[in-house]
Amino acid sequence: MSVIADTRPAAEVAPARPRLKVTGRRVARSEWAKLWSLRSTWITLGLGLLFLLAFGTIASLRYKSMLDSGQPMDPDFADATTYSLALFGVPFALIALGVLGVLTASGEYTTGMIRSTLAAVPRRLPVLWSKAAVYGVLAFAAGAVGALGSFLISSAVQSGTPIGMSLSDAGVLRGLLGVGVYLGLVGVIGVALGTLLRSTAGGISALVGTFLLVPGLMSLLPKSWRADLTPYLPSNAGDSITALHHATGTLSAGAGLLVLLGWTVLALGGAAYRLMRADA
Amino acid sequence: MIEARQLTKRYGDKTAVDGVDFTVRPGAVTGFLGPNGAGKSTTMRMIIGLDAPTSGTVTVNGRRYAGHSAPLHEVGALLEARSIHPGRSAFDHLMALAYTHGIPKARVTEVIELTGLQSVAGKRAGAFSLGMGQRLGIAAALLGDPQTIMLDEPVNGLDPDGVLWIRNLLTGLAADGRTVFVSSHLMSEMALVADHLIVVGRGRVLADTTVQDLVRRAGGDTVLVATADPAGLRRVLAGPGVEITGSPGSERLSVTGLPARAIGLRAAEHGIALFELTDKTVSLEEAFMELTKESVEYHSTARAA
Repeated sequence: MSVIADTRPAAEVAPARPRLKVTGRRVARSEWAKLWSLRSTWITLGLGLLFLLAFGTIASLRYKSMLDSGQPMDPDFADATTYSLALFGVPFALIALGVLGVLTASGEYTTGMIRSTLAAVPRRLPVLWSKAAVYGVLAFAAGAVGALGSFLISSAVQSGTPIGMSLSDAGVLRGLLGVGVYLGLVGVIGVALGTLLRSTAGGISALVGTFLLVPGLMSLLPKSWRADLTPYLPSNAGDSITALHHATGTLSAGAGLLVLLGWTVLALGGAAYRLMRADA
Repeated sequence: MIEARQLTKRYGDKTAVDGVDFTVRPGAVTGFLGPNGAGKSTTMRMIIGLDAPTSGTVTVNGRRYAGHSAPLHEVGALLEARSIHPGRSAFDHLMALAYTHGIPKARVTEVIELTGLQSVAGKRAGAFSLGMGQRLGIAAALLGDPQTIMLDEPVNGLDPDGVLWIRNLLTGLAADGRTVFVSSHLMSEMALVADHLIVVGRGRVLADTTVQDLVRRAGGDTVLVATADPAGLRRVLAGPGVEITGSPGSERLSVTGLPARAIGLRAAEHGIALFELTDKTVSLEEAFMELTKESVEYHSTARAA
């Protein structure tokens, strides 16, 4: 050390540079910033909310108009409730939010951004956990808020009809929160599938296949198996979480949540394995 | 400081990097030179942990890259392939990377100015020209104020202005005492900036040397002589370590092992007339071609298709 440097005031020698260090919180902050700096996030998230609100509202209005006109009720609407009408858009929102989950992960690979991301966080796993957590919370919030809004509209439309229902009715708030939890976990599964398959087309296909096509394939199974297996599918487990009443042949809300969590952990485990083992 | 020890990467039965050993030292620009497919990019990807070595190790400042608590502060890397989401603006891209390390926004603004991207920082990176994309990659590399800067083919696609800018940047960074490691397949470009050279071909280190040494090794100390009495001159110059070649009957000889000055003096002593006395200069490009001619992946042939 030279004498000259030592005589300088300490503040001048070492300007107030913040200590640089990668932390879990900072990686999450980065993932949050990445999410909001892409137009696709705004569009897809907006679509998810729109599906929840618009389809719920349309279903409610359609029910009301059939009721008012005194026509015989459409069989589709025969056992509708304010709650079930409000959740009409859930499968569509599920696709939008799940696709966005896939995109946040697969987009990194298809664009090459993953190289910048992993150069900044070479331990890799914090990226996956942060992405899953940040996007999961966002999809949860979008799902819960959308479902709540849709229910409020539906309950306003149906007030005074035989199926009128309010937020304070048993299980409604829990069920609406359940929609948020279901869509949040679908979002996390989307992130995991995107990370696992590294391709947008592949990730979306796997997601749509799991939630829309596999349930339809169950009819190919022998009847006895069908009854045993069907409740444990991710889509059926998710429906159990949002169900207002526990129907026979389905899981309870708590069991449904556990099963869907199990599927989520499985998907994340596969994603983590590929992320750590394969070259980026 | 980057240290590679027996670094090897195989993809199936193709060996991209084959037991490479080298050290890149601070305070100098080290050129990483080799024909396409020589394993330069793979080596660089292994340095920052994007690819895992099949065997061997590579460390940065004494540790595996992923073992550092602030990796962007250790190595700033520009890879050959674009590593940017085209839908994100330059500023947002840099900010997203900055957040992971707690790098302040002021530093992001600083590297944007340093790389001359002020006017386009808010635009989507997908709309960037090759040169602007390259500048953005360099801005990202400098973001963490790294001790080591590693750039893979940084002048590719740049206009002369940009090439000059990169050259000055690299020499400036090395003068700061940083470790600068730059790959290229263009010897002429390396000659202008690099102090040290690591030449690779087919995944192996062919030379780990200085620019001057490389030229000397490629036969840069040959002198061309034209004389009225080639046989006489051969006799006069012959001695240990001296090699003289020339086709019989020709006035022209090439001499290695003696400087032009000594040849001229000896010819004068013995009264032999010389018509020409020239140092044969080997361009760096020739030296490089000579060194790597065995290891070029795709040879062009003169045959018509």
